[in-house]
Amino acid sequence: MTKQISHPFDEMHGTGPGVRAVYGPLSNWLGDASYSLLKKKSREAELLFRRVGITFNVYGEDAGAERLIPFDLIPRILSSGEWQHLARGAVQRVRALNAFLNDLYHGQEIIRAGIVPATTLTNEMYRPEMQGVDVPGGVYAHIAGIDLVRTGENQFYVLEDNLRTPSGVSYMLEDRKMMMRLFPELFRRYSVAPVEHYPQVLLNNLRAVAQPGIVDPTVVVLTPGAYNSAFFEHAFLAQQMGVELVEGQDLFVKDNAVFMRTTDGPKRVDVIYRRIDDDFLDPLAFRADSMLGVPGLVSVYRNGGVTLANAVGTGVADDKAIYTYVPDMIRFYLAEEPILANVPTWKLSVEDDRRYVLDHLEELVVKEVQGSGGYGMLVGPTASRQQIAEFRERLLANPDNYIAQPTLALSTCPTLVEQGVAPRHVDLRPFVLSGKTVTLVPGALCRVALREGSLVVNSSQGGGTKDTWVLNEGAPC
Amino acid sequence: MLSRTADHLYWMARYIERAENMARVLEVTYRMSLVPNAAQSEAALWQPPVLIAGDVAAFARDYGEYHAANVLRYMALDARNPSSIVSALGNARENARAVRVAMSSEMWENVNSLWLELQSRLESGVKETDLSEFCDWVKSRSHLFRGVTFGTMLRDDAYRFVRLGTFVERADNTARLLDVKYHLLLPSGEEVGGAVDYYEWSSLLRSVSSFEAYQKVFRDTIEPWKVAELLVLRDDMPRSLHACFDEVTPILEQLCDDRGWECLRQAGEIHARLHYGRMEDIFQGGLHEFLQDFLQDNIALGEQIQRTFLNAPTH
Repeated sequence: MTKQISHPFDEMHGTGPGVRAVYGPLSNWLGDASYSLLKKKSREAELLFRRVGITFNVYGEDAGAERLIPFDLIPRILSSGEWQHLARGAVQRVRALNAFLNDLYHGQEIIRAGIVPATTLTNEMYRPEMQGVDVPGGVYAHIAGIDLVRTGENQFYVLEDNLRTPSGVSYMLEDRKMMMRLFPELFRRYSVAPVEHYPQVLLNNLRAVAQPGIVDPTVVVLTPGAYNSAFFEHAFLAQQMGVELVEGQDLFVKDNAVFMRTTDGPKRVDVIYRRIDDDFLDPLAFRADSMLGVPGLVSVYRNGGVTLANAVGTGVADDKAIYTYVPDMIRFYLAEEPILANVPTWKLSVEDDRRYVLDHLEELVVKEVQGSGGYGMLVGPTASRQQIAEFRERLLANPDNYIAQPTLALSTCPTLVEQGVAPRHVDLRPFVLSGKTVTLVPGALCRVALREGSLVVNSSQGGGTKDTWVLNEGAPC
Repeated sequence: MLSRTADHLYWMARYIERAENMARVLEVTYRMSLVPNAAQSEAALWQPPVLIAGDVAAFARDYGEYHAANVLRYMALDARNPSSIVSALGNARENARAVRVAMSSEMWENVNSLWLELQSRLESGVKETDLSEFCDWVKSRSHLFRGVTFGTMLRDDAYRFVRLGTFVERADNTARLLDVKYHLLLPSGEEVGGAVDYYEWSSLLRSVSSFEAYQKVFRDTIEPWKVAELLVLRDDMPRSLHACFDEVTPILEQLCDDRGWECLRQAGEIHARLHYGRMEDIFQGGLHEFLQDFLQDNIALGEQIQRTFLNAPTH
């Protein structure tokens, strides 16, 4: 049983029957394109993605099964003005979050000021190992994915911050490459800001956060291996940056330094862009059963022998319960007003909030505090009575583990589906890079919920991706 | 470069070369089976492919009789047989996938599309009558792989490990093929020139793409010792042992620093035997013995390469 969110804002049409200015040429072009042409192009894209091996493993399915993330060939378009606003807001947020992490692992001013509760220190994502450790430049979240949703012409919200090992940027780049290949004529009608330099910016940032005194730092990408769901992305980024893609078994620790095993003997590694969770980084420091990590890595890291990006312990700042304090962090650390709004959030750990949430489950979205990938969440308005009843039991059993938010009418974007072109809900994840400066390339991962009415855009839940076009300033559209 | 990366590249190339060579053996055997030949039973004809690379006991257990359909299934399509074409291509792709960034993207796409096409071929089924076409396809994909490697890959150590894998494997395969065939075709003491000869020897030559080369080089009827000479000592015959080591030795010279001296020494020793060896001496000692020694030395070299570069120690 699927109920639908009524009258969401549509990226192409807004709230009325007309077409928003930035979508004019695309709308005309779509009007001329036949359904069979679009289908043909769509199949062509799928074939190319398969050949290149841009695939994704979904957990729990038979091991090694490779699936494609569905690619939708109708782009999402943002005007230059819209993008400037979002970009400023995302940069502001990441600056505050890095300041928060630095503070939390040092003087904890924000707790003493009574803005963030001291219980943060008992959050399981808080890493006491990091207390008092200085990281180069005070940067913790070198790569941050900020999930944004839109509910109206000028209403954007931050849905969550991803500060651990956010993924998806390879789709931003590959989707663009695919669009330019399939529809070169559209790129003549639009002046689209390029995103292809992302790996170069990333590399420069990673080199900039090597320990002081290292002249020509060696950067590597650390992957859990070829069976990880995001392996394609790890390989892609390493290749694009021209650095080694290593697994834990390729690295070893000696004399307070990290080395990789090469055909020419050991070679020193200075910066590790790790795509392995904290828990698996080092069996001596965290999970002893980890086969993916490097024994002794964390001890070298704490002694300043190597840089990890992202830093250990960033998870405490992207926890969904900490999320509610980010606007206050912005005021506290930057003395600025937040540019991007948070979604109002109820914490089930707070009694008044809990009562309200339990009374309004059918209207709300309820999420696990540390959940990700769209697992373990309830979307009240589209859930069945039985699903709500079951979820209520889980909430009551462990209320601290949940937060609730109003069900936002996420904007929709025209999408190619079986019946033709129809609106589907979308979100947006720009990637913010922090090194010497905090920057982002003009583009983002746009995820689309392909099922009619669905608000869950995660690829693990059948979501797809779209190319996101940021138009150049002063361009005709 | 990373030892693990070198390992994957080297084995990727070895597996592709292995698949190609098995395809060659099967194709030629199949072709021979179409020539009426009372002198040889079907079982005698279809056993060599299993002798060359398979596991005779496993074949006896799972299949029993040697005939075209069984050997095709076992040596081409059986994923449980680690020496089958399907296993070799699957291993090649797994190795490639783990280090896709270490090769040119065209190389990776080539190996990946090879694997994807294999899946769709397996889905629609490979019948006995498809054998020639299937083997041709494997061969041409292997040609394509070498071509795209040669045409797109930076000439760095990664390239050298790919090439090293190709030629170490090819030398092994040519030696096995020659040994098994020679043994079977020429039972000790028997004089040459009988009925089996022409088709048998010419098909052996065809399996290593050397039939035309033989005609060009010798301009003579096909004789066993000349076939052996062509495939062992001729350096201008690209699948001969000599030609393989003309590639292996300089690659190792480029790769080696002081740690690699033992690799280089072993390769140099084998190379010298092929470079300065004389066919009459080889025959005097017995071709079978020569080939067996060669195979063992080549395996030892492979193990030395593995120890020196691919499972590099931490000190």
